[in-house]
Amino acid sequence: MTTRALPLKEPPDDQVERYSLTERIWHWLASLSYTYCTLTGLALFSPYLYWLAAVFGGGPTIRFWHPWLGLVFLASVVWMHGSWRDDLRLTEADREWRAKIGSYVENRDQELPPQARFNAGQKLFYWAMFYAVLVLLLSGIVMWFPERVPRNLIVILPVVGILHEAAALISIGAIIIHIYMSVFAEPESLRAMVHGKVSRAWARNYHRLWYEKIQGQRRPVP
Amino acid sequence: MPPTLEIKAISGHAGTVPGHGASRDYDVCKLIDVTTCIGCKACEVACLEWNGYSFTETVFDNSYQTMPETAWNYWNLIRFNEHENSDGSISLLMRKDQCMHCADPGCLRACPADGAIVQYANGIVDFHQENCIGCQYCVTGCPFDIPKFNPSTKKVFKCTFCSDRVSNGLEPACIKACPTGCLHFGSKDDMKELAEQRAAQLREQTSHKDAGVYDPAGVGGTHVIYVLHDIKNPEMYGGLPANPRVPFLVKLWKGPVKLLGGWAMFLGVVGVAIHYLRFGPKDAGHTTGPEDKDDRTKS
Repeated sequence: MTTRALPLKEPPDDQVERYSLTERIWHWLASLSYTYCTLTGLALFSPYLYWLAAVFGGGPTIRFWHPWLGLVFLASVVWMHGSWRDDLRLTEADREWRAKIGSYVENRDQELPPQARFNAGQKLFYWAMFYAVLVLLLSGIVMWFPERVPRNLIVILPVVGILHEAAALISIGAIIIHIYMSVFAEPESLRAMVHGKVSRAWARNYHRLWYEKIQGQRRPVP
Repeated sequence: MPPTLEIKAISGHAGTVPGHGASRDYDVCKLIDVTTCIGCKACEVACLEWNGYSFTETVFDNSYQTMPETAWNYWNLIRFNEHENSDGSISLLMRKDQCMHCADPGCLRACPADGAIVQYANGIVDFHQENCIGCQYCVTGCPFDIPKFNPSTKKVFKCTFCSDRVSNGLEPACIKACPTGCLHFGSKDDMKELAEQRAAQLREQTSHKDAGVYDPAGVGGTHVIYVLHDIKNPEMYGGLPANPRVPFLVKLWKGPVKLLGGWAMFLGVVGVAIHYLRFGPKDAGHTTGPEDKDDRTKS
């Protein structure tokens, strides 16, 4: 066996750090809790998907855990909100990006305005999830404890249920695009969320403003 | 699950109902003639006894009524109402309140749990607590406020129509206990006929000119029917709804919302798959912009 290299304190020179360990842990906590809530939620959404309940231990079990994992997801969104809020604020440049969204969809990224840490699509994804989780929380609390709802107000439960499902469907639409973009369309962003690093070329091409900012903060690359 | 009853509908269940249509059970029905009820509560006691519940503390509310509402372990309640008639006289009205066993059960429509609510071909709507997840959607689906939640077991309970007795050829316990014959049990057709006869008799031979049979069409008819002195005013019998129906919002929730949502998710997945085939992955790391000349990287 050859000697193993010591762990690197800095990423290799062709790489830059994109997500810290803390950021990645919170992201994957969000990802796991969201996946659990979505799959168990889908079990209760449609009889054709009720078999998912069996996968997760049966109807009463998922009914017990779904709200708790929802709170875990909520906690991770709160953390992201606190940490990434400034990076997620929509700017004037994002307006231009949205106008040229066709270029993004058709992989002509060179036609897009330079992006900061998150591109306008990622920001829109975040805000869709943020408002969805707000509705999911408020409706979810009612659905968690329907027995506490006064008997003459129980008619609101279907309204709350529809809101919960509508918000969940919006988040699912957003997550389909999010997972597709990160796993299939831009595999580098999945690498970034797993290993924390991206290639400089990728950072420069897709997140130029962010790349220039971190370049200014660090030692110049020879 | 009583083995000899043929199942007609199952809550939260995909696909067809196994065995439905294999045999032809006739519809069963309870007929409650409120005009001959004396409020003795023998049916309440028989219900508790047969179903194995102990007597609970009663709640006195200036009335003969045992408690304000039915409970998860108290499925059968005689409701008392001192109704003031237009001539100033008082009628003491008594109605046996329990699950109506609707032909179109709102509870079953609302329930997302496979097999938690079962409708038998003979009309009985039964809860199977082993499959119940305690979400209480059934409570919102019911126009009669019948399903009741047990907070300690997280399960919902209601009158079973004594499906265990009926499937073995016996009448429900409440029927057996009734001393005045105000409770009848038989096929829906027979009970409907008997009820109409009794209502006609009341109209012709007594002062109850508005006597009639309560078998509300809004829920497809019920397998518990009433003879009332005044069919135009069912609300006075302890809040019997005049025109019960499965709430519109429950139908919307369980119908179009699921359909649209399901299609939207399916098309979303198909959409990104087609995008991948048409455009493929982004050219990671190699795309160059117009001003991408200052190559500061070593890659």
